[in-house]
Amino acid sequence: MRKRKKLLIILPVVAVVALIVTIIALGSDGGSSIKIIGSNTVTPLSSVWAEEFMNTHPDVSIAVSGPGSGVGIAALINDTTDICQASRKIKQSEIDQAEANGVEPYEIQVATDALSVVVHPSNPVSELTIVQLSAIYTGEITNWNEVGGNDAEIVAIARDTNSGTHVFFKEHVVQMEGLPTEDKSLEYGGDVLMLPSTEEGVSQVAYNPNAIFYPGLGYVTEEVKPLAIMQTADSTGVLPSVQTALDGTYPIARPLLFYTDGEPTGVIKDFIDYCLSSEGQEKVIEVGYVPLQ
Amino acid sequence: MFGKTPPDTTAEPGKVLRRRWRLGEKLIESWIFLAGILTIVVLLGIIALLLKEGLPVFWYTPPWEFLFGTKWYPISEPPTFGITSFFVATLWVTLVATAISVPIGVACAAYLAEVAPAKVRETVKPIIEILAGIPSVVMGFIGLMLLSPLVQSAFNLNTGLCGLTAGIMLSLMSLPIIISVSEDALRAVPYDFREASYALGATKWETIRHVCIPGALSGITAAVMLGVGRAIGETMTVLMVAGGALAVPVSPTDPMMPMTAAIASGIGNAVRGGLQYQALFAIGLTLFILTLAVNLIADRVLERQKRKFAR
Repeated sequence: MRKRKKLLIILPVVAVVALIVTIIALGSDGGSSIKIIGSNTVTPLSSVWAEEFMNTHPDVSIAVSGPGSGVGIAALINDTTDICQASRKIKQSEIDQAEANGVEPYEIQVATDALSVVVHPSNPVSELTIVQLSAIYTGEITNWNEVGGNDAEIVAIARDTNSGTHVFFKEHVVQMEGLPTEDKSLEYGGDVLMLPSTEEGVSQVAYNPNAIFYPGLGYVTEEVKPLAIMQTADSTGVLPSVQTALDGTYPIARPLLFYTDGEPTGVIKDFIDYCLSSEGQEKVIEVGYVPLQ
Repeated sequence: MFGKTPPDTTAEPGKVLRRRWRLGEKLIESWIFLAGILTIVVLLGIIALLLKEGLPVFWYTPPWEFLFGTKWYPISEPPTFGITSFFVATLWVTLVATAISVPIGVACAAYLAEVAPAKVRETVKPIIEILAGIPSVVMGFIGLMLLSPLVQSAFNLNTGLCGLTAGIMLSLMSLPIIISVSEDALRAVPYDFREASYALGATKWETIRHVCIPGALSGITAAVMLGVGRAIGETMTVLMVAGGALAVPVSPTDPMMPMTAAIASGIGNAVRGGLQYQALFAIGLTLFILTLAVNLIADRVLERQKRKFAR
């Protein structure tokens, strides 16, 4: 009786262990893997690239995740990722931290983004200056009628601090870098909603007639309306598009970057070469971003 | 001591079997002991880690500025760390969740324990358990897609992403805990109490109201505390639904960022050992102390309940 009971326990345990070992053995066929962590903005693009690359190189597996550029850069510094995708440049303090950890950040621009500012299609406002945008996001302007819209409170939506877009928008729009009104002490206002993902922001704008948000060009859908951005009060408003980002007329265009530890080699180099090739750059237009030329 | 079995005075073959049996006993008893110790070690380890990673930030920002400051700008130069808005936000969503889940939960528990026929109780209890098992990200999604537009139109708000929506979703998550524990507490009230009440001419409702619930009050309080603990610690739902605004919320319909969401939206960007990393761990420490306090109170109250009806 005791022997049978023992068998009843031992047999299933052995079976499970054997199953796990078999699965692991089948899985690791000596193929290589690439981890890409970072920007939520770049994720749609790198996902498409990863899929295409895996189709042509079946022994390579690529995992893409997009919690935010900040997360990607932190992973690069902690040496827990192969490629860091970022929608903002790495800061000097982050480079110092990386080098202290023995990591040499190597920057490669893979595409460009025209950072779009979107509102609900029913919103009568169709263009804003950078100064007005800054005032909206610091909480100085609270009603749409102050910028030519309806009498309704503005619901300003942003990304959280994990996001590279949050940082880029803060420096170039809220703090108005490069303009005579530049003010590095400005911060996002207390009523700005900080959401964890770009999709959530876009869906909020599609639903709420008083919302405003800044997704990357690749996330702009038919359900939201991009605004024309005016550099100053006398310039003409420019809508975000592949064309206006390439010819430099759109005021808030930014590079989309890959960072690696030192110059890329092996499978990582092959992947990045594919991304920079003409087929890879065609995919950029398909996804909705701006190719390198 | 371990592994002792009473001496056997029969023939030789029995002796060898006895020795093996004692060794088995010894092994199992030490294994169980180690398992129990492991739990304590893990808990102490967590406390040690929180203190080690979180305390250094208080060299940069004094504790009162950290707890009562209203500015949280972790990536600015120089960074400022003040968590009042997060603390108040946690209190708000917990208050809303408790205000909704306690009356409904206790009433439901009273129904299941006192009034419901056995068949109804058998069907309803598993359904409540299923509610407890729904992943928090699914709850967040339901809150985002279904509840926030309703809240926005019902209360005429600018946006449905606010503490109220988060509180309602959290109440759905604390409800099963409150119902379960309250029902157990109500069932633990000795039947003699009810019989005495009926004997004096009381109706069922009068009995429930004046005898059963007061008798189970300690257990019900413990249930409420456990539900509160669940609401305080919930992250994914509040991250998606509470709005994430940095200003100190003055009403539950303001968009707000509770402490759990604050940690989740910053930890990805924080570089190991950096100032923002330490500040986030300090928030974690605050959260831990808050949850610990709630759990300790629940424990004390449950003990009193047990002693009250010990036979």
